[in-house]
Amino acid sequence: MNKREHKNRHTILDVRHLVKTYGRFKAVDDISFSIREGICFGLLGPNGAGKTTSMEVMEGILKPTAGEIYYQGKQRDASFKEEIGIQFQQTSLLAFLSVAETLKTFQSFYRKRQELDSLVRKCHLEQLLKKPNDTLSGGQRQRLLLAIALINDPSLMFLDEPSTGLDPQARRNLWDLVENVKEEGKTIILTTHYMEEAQKLCDEIAIMDQGRIIAAGSPQGLIEQYCEGITVTLPGYDADFPEADFPLQFSRVNDVIEIYAKDVKICLQALMDFNVDIHDMTVRAPNLEDVFLKLTGKKLRA
Amino acid sequence: MKLKRLWAMFTARNREFFRDRSAFGWNFIFPFLLVGGFALIFGGEGRKEYKVGIFPLAQEQLASASNGVPPRFLKTRHVEFIAFEDRETAFNKLLHHKIDFLLKAGSTPYQYWVSSTSPRGYFVERIFKSSLVSEAGDRLSDRREVKGREIRYIDWIFPGILAMNMMFSALWGVGYIVVRYRKNGVLKRLKATPLTSFEYLAAQTLSRIFLLMFTLVVVWVGCDLVFSFQVEGSYVDLFIVFFMGGVSLTSLGLLIASRGTSEEFTSGILNFITWPMMFLSEVWFSLEGSPQWIKLAAKIFPLTHMLTAARKVMNDGANLFDVVPELLSLAAMIVVFLLLGASLFSWRK
Repeated sequence: MNKREHKNRHTILDVRHLVKTYGRFKAVDDISFSIREGICFGLLGPNGAGKTTSMEVMEGILKPTAGEIYYQGKQRDASFKEEIGIQFQQTSLLAFLSVAETLKTFQSFYRKRQELDSLVRKCHLEQLLKKPNDTLSGGQRQRLLLAIALINDPSLMFLDEPSTGLDPQARRNLWDLVENVKEEGKTIILTTHYMEEAQKLCDEIAIMDQGRIIAAGSPQGLIEQYCEGITVTLPGYDADFPEADFPLQFSRVNDVIEIYAKDVKICLQALMDFNVDIHDMTVRAPNLEDVFLKLTGKKLRA
Repeated sequence: MKLKRLWAMFTARNREFFRDRSAFGWNFIFPFLLVGGFALIFGGEGRKEYKVGIFPLAQEQLASASNGVPPRFLKTRHVEFIAFEDRETAFNKLLHHKIDFLLKAGSTPYQYWVSSTSPRGYFVERIFKSSLVSEAGDRLSDRREVKGREIRYIDWIFPGILAMNMMFSALWGVGYIVVRYRKNGVLKRLKATPLTSFEYLAAQTLSRIFLLMFTLVVVWVGCDLVFSFQVEGSYVDLFIVFFMGGVSLTSLGLLIASRGTSEEFTSGILNFITWPMMFLSEVWFSLEGSPQWIKLAAKIFPLTHMLTAARKVMNDGANLFDVVPELLSLAAMIVVFLLLGASLFSWRK
């Protein structure tokens, strides 16, 4: 689905001035945003930024202290639970049940049900149906949790840090599954602190910090808006560097030099002018992590 | 309420119970072991109440007529006679209260030793002295026997063991499990579905009652095959009494599970409730002769009413009409526990 098609879609979830407090602590501090149907919307931020609390208020698990949430233009009611699928960050499953029994149990809670065989194929659970829940590996478990989230064929899905704790291979498998879900036209709201995940899956993102949204837009738009240029790194540089005369902005930590430039050509020209050894040079385009660092000055996983 | 959702939770919980082999086995084996143990201790000639040491004597000489022990004393029921070949061993046993009374065989007059601080020794001394009185003394008293069927100890204790097993199974099987599910996020996951708290709690209650009654029947039949219990009343009435008791205990379990995420705290609360309930509900001993306030305090426990009614039906042949006060008490407790439990229930931490 291209960007123009996204923009033509109507709003599926509208969050207005949402506040959630615990005593005097404001976990979510007056956030507002709209999510259009069919997109993957990412909430990014460090631990404790308020992502999960915001998600749980949107899901209806927590009551907001203030603010309003509209689903399909209306206040959420009891039928909202029939329309959504949720994958929590941390959850256990009913003990002593097999994968097949778990799916059947959750399926029976809903009026609208996805056909189990196709769901099992979609989430690659064919070989695991008889396996007890508590013997699944991390990746298998996340696939089962995703299948449970999909079991009522929801139009809106909440995925709270779905790939946390997975090895790179399992993470990429999960991304493929989420991509497939997106292809079906479902709207996804995702929290993550993996920037690669956000860049790969999300059409729009909002960066949260200390309960507030500090930036929002498409991943590329945010990068272009907040981090123009490139970063050239010279690792293991122990020779003299023309620090006083070098025309571009740079930083040096021990023997690693990072140079910031608008484009590669200008940087290369400057390096050659000063006969700097560029043998181990790497060039990196800015990413969302750079955006976050620029906006908050903190590492994402701090 | 959707029956399909309730049924799904009911079957899921039952599967968990039957597949958790350790808990499943314990629910069945524990009452068997207890009943078997009591049958062993109190079965046959019954447990010997008093122990008398005799020295110097070999064990095989105890049956001999010329062992130097008063024959009438040797015939005393509920007294176990133990022979010791040397004085030192016998004295050591008496000093450590392993025996209640020590007699020197063949001594004239009979020499015996008792501990002045032992009430049991005092009683055996009285028994010993009365055995020395000639048969003429018997004519000064007139013995009459109580007519009617004797209630064996095993028939009295068995309903108590079953009820106690139900209590532990209901309170821990609901209270502890629900708190664990709240702590590890299972309840939160269920809350995210259309399953309502009423459906969830009803499924938990029904599942536990089904499992309690299933366990009750299996343990009863199994124990009855071995010990042949005597039930004076109707089995149906007895089942109804246990059913009401099971529902009230399960409701109490739900009330305990309504809040909290700490397994340690819940474990403490469960122990705080189960131990006094077990001792004050006459599972092991009668409260006859206890202060009135203890008897009144015992009435707050559902186990007391269930057990009183069950023993009335089993031992005294009472029918349901005779145990209406106990059934009404149980019904009232069910209503109070369920209303409180449902209103306090929280899915979240």
